[in-house]
Amino acid sequence: MPENDTFWKNKLMELEKRNSKPEGDKTAKWRKTTLQKWNSATGYEEKEYSNSSSIPIKDIYTDDILPENMDELLGLPGEYPFTRGVYPNMYRGKLWTMRMFSGFGSPEDTNRRLKYLISHGETGLSVAFDMPTLYAYDADNVRSQGEIGKCGVNVTSLKDMEVIFDGINLSEVTTSMTINAPAAILTAMYFAIAQKEGHDLRNIGGTVQADILKEYIAQKEWIYPPEGHIRIIRDMMSYCTKNAPKWNYISISGYHIREAGSSAVQELAFTLADGFYYVDMGIKEGLDVNEFAPRLSFFFNSSINFFEEIAKMRAARRIWATVLKEKFHATSQKAMTLRFHTQTSGYSLTWQQPLNNIIRTTIEAMAAILGGTQSLHTNSYDEAWALPSEEAVKVALRTQQILAEETGIIDTIDPLGGSYYIEYLTSKMEEEAYRYFEKIESLGGILEAVKKGYIQREIAATSYRRQKRLEDEKEIMVGVNKYVDPDEKPINILRIGKDAEEIQLKRIKEVKVGRDQDKVNDALAKLDEAFRNPDENVMPYIIEAVKTYATIEEISDVGRKIYGGWKEPVIV
Amino acid sequence: MSGGKYMADGKNQSLFREKPIKVLLAKPGIDGHDRGVLVLAKAFRDAGMEVLYVGLLPTPEDVVDTAINEDVDVIALSLLNGAHLTVFRKVMDIMKNKGIDDISVVGGGTIPDEDKPELEALGISGNYGPGTPLSTIIEHVRMRAEEARIKKLR
Repeated sequence: MPENDTFWKNKLMELEKRNSKPEGDKTAKWRKTTLQKWNSATGYEEKEYSNSSSIPIKDIYTDDILPENMDELLGLPGEYPFTRGVYPNMYRGKLWTMRMFSGFGSPEDTNRRLKYLISHGETGLSVAFDMPTLYAYDADNVRSQGEIGKCGVNVTSLKDMEVIFDGINLSEVTTSMTINAPAAILTAMYFAIAQKEGHDLRNIGGTVQADILKEYIAQKEWIYPPEGHIRIIRDMMSYCTKNAPKWNYISISGYHIREAGSSAVQELAFTLADGFYYVDMGIKEGLDVNEFAPRLSFFFNSSINFFEEIAKMRAARRIWATVLKEKFHATSQKAMTLRFHTQTSGYSLTWQQPLNNIIRTTIEAMAAILGGTQSLHTNSYDEAWALPSEEAVKVALRTQQILAEETGIIDTIDPLGGSYYIEYLTSKMEEEAYRYFEKIESLGGILEAVKKGYIQREIAATSYRRQKRLEDEKEIMVGVNKYVDPDEKPINILRIGKDAEEIQLKRIKEVKVGRDQDKVNDALAKLDEAFRNPDENVMPYIIEAVKTYATIEEISDVGRKIYGGWKEPVIV
Repeated sequence: MSGGKYMADGKNQSLFREKPIKVLLAKPGIDGHDRGVLVLAKAFRDAGMEVLYVGLLPTPEDVVDTAINEDVDVIALSLLNGAHLTVFRKVMDIMKNKGIDDISVVGGGTIPDEDKPELEALGISGNYGPGTPLSTIIEHVRMRAEEARIKKLR
C-alpha cells in the first residue's frame, strides 16, 4: 500500500510541526523582565537540563507551546486515542493488579513464596525462572551447574510446574510467566496442568512474555536464530486466539531494553516497533487484527525521572492507538488500546545504602500509577544484592498498598493531564519515537535493524554515556557518587543454597526413570515432523510432548537441530 | 625488555609501550546481563587497552582457550546470575590444569561481600559490584595487567 511507504515520514513531519510552536509574547516578556532581573540580582548562571532521552528541559512550560488540537490528542478516558487511560473509570473501577515477580530455588520454595504473597493480598502471580530454564537447558546439563534456582525457579519438566502450582486454583488466579525463548513449552505445561485439573482452557488467564525481538535487543536469552522463534510465536498466536482466548501469548517488553541501558524514548520506540512487527505478523498470518490485537499487552519500566516516565506511558498509549487505527486499520476500540504492566527500575537501585531504594521504588511506582498502568511490580530494596528476602518483598508490596489506599492517588483519573509540562513532554516523546520508527523503516524494519546490531549499539551508546555522566558527577546517584557512606553495614540477604540444585537433580533423575520413554520419543518425533512443515501448528505437539514429561531441553533440541543456534552481531 | 628495566623505571608505563594492555571480557555462564560488560568494553578501550569481548554464552573452556590464543594480560569475568562461585572456579581450575599463570583474572557482577574471600583465594581479584566507579576498575585492571606482563617477561 503506498500510504504505508510514507506513513512514518508523514507522521514525523506532522509531529515536528506540532511541537515547534514558539513561546507567546507574554512568556517572552516575562523572560526579559521578571526572570532576567531576578537572575542578575541573584547571580544565577544558566544551566542546561535534560532527561534520560536527551530532551532539553525548559525552565517553564506555558499553554502557548501546546499543540493546537490538544483536546483531540487527549480524548477522555476509555476513548481514542486513550492518552488519559484505557478504561473509562480507571482505578475507581479496578485497581491495578499487584503482581510481584517471584521465583527462586526449588519449585517447592517458589510454591511457598507464591502462597505467601497470595496470603498478603497479592492479586496476580508472576513467576521468575532461572537461567538454565530461560535458555532451555535441563537441570542435569553440565552448563547448569551453579545456576539452578539462582535467578528464579528451575523448571526442567512438567513435574516441576506441578509442584510450583500445587494447591493454587488456576481458574481463580492469573499467572504471568517471564519466559521468552521457551515460552511455548512453559505455556504448554501450564495448559497441561489446567487440563489435568479439569479446567477449560477458555477460562485460563495469564501471560507469557514470549517477546523474542527484545531478547535479541536486550535480554539476550535466545535458543535459535530469529526465524525459529518467530515461527513458534506465530503458532502460539494462532493456537491461543482459537483455543485459549484469555491467554496473553506475548507481552511486548520495554523493561529489559531500558535495563540494558536505553533511554526512556528508546525504550518507548523500540518496544512499540517490536509490537508493530507482531501486529504485521498476525495480519500476514490471516488473523483479524480486531481479534488478536487485544491480546497483545505491554511491559514497561518505570525509572527515576518521574515526569519523563509518566510522559512515556501516556505517549505509548497514543502512538499505539494512532498506528493501529491509521496504519493497520483496526476498527475495534479494544484493538487500539495499549494495556501494560510496569516494573520499577532495577538499574536505579543501589547496593550502597540499600534502604534508600524503598524511596526510589515508591517514586517510580507513583509514576507508573500516574502513567495509568494495569499492573505493577515494585522492586525490593535488597535487589541490587540478590533476589529479595521475604521481609523486603513485603515492604515492596506494602508500598503499593499504601499508594493505593492511603494517598488518594487513585481518586481521579490522569491527575497530571493538562499539565503544560507533561503534555509537552508526552508530545515530544511521541515525536522522538516516530523519528526512530522512520529510521528503523529505512533499515528494512525492526528485525533487520536488530540483526544488523543497530538497535543494540544505540542502547550501548546511551548506557555508556550515562555511565560517564555518573563518573563526571553530571548525574547523581545518592550513596554512589554523592553522600557516600564510608562505613556501610551489610544487610541480610536471601541466599540460595545448594539444596535447590540437589532437589532438581534428584527429581529429573526420577522423572526420567518413571516416564514411558517410547511415548517421549514418539511425541518428539511428531514435533519434529510438525516443525518441518511450515503449514503445521507446532503448539498441539508441544503440549503432547510436555505431557509425556519430555524435558525443556529435549523439546527445544528438536528446534535446535532444525534452526541451529544464534551468535549476535558485534555490538562493541 | 627485562624485569630490571621495569624496576629502573619505577613506573610501569614502559611495560605497555610496545603493546597495550590486552583484556578479555567474558561472561562464562548462562547469563545475558551484558550492560556492564559492554560499558566496560568501551571504558577499557577509552583507557587505551585492547579489548576482546567474545559475546554471550561461552563455556569456561572457551574463555580460557581464547585468553591463551590471544595472549591476553587479563581475563575480566562478569556474572550477574549468582553462579559466580561455581563458574569462576571452573575457569580457574582449567587455567590451573593448563599451567597458565601469566594471565591475571579479575571478577565483577552481583557478588555478595561474603563470597569475596573465596574468590580472592582462587586468585580472582576486584569482584566489583554495580555502582563501582570505572576509574577504580580500570586502575585495578592496570595493576593486575602489570603482574601478568612481568610474568610473561620472565
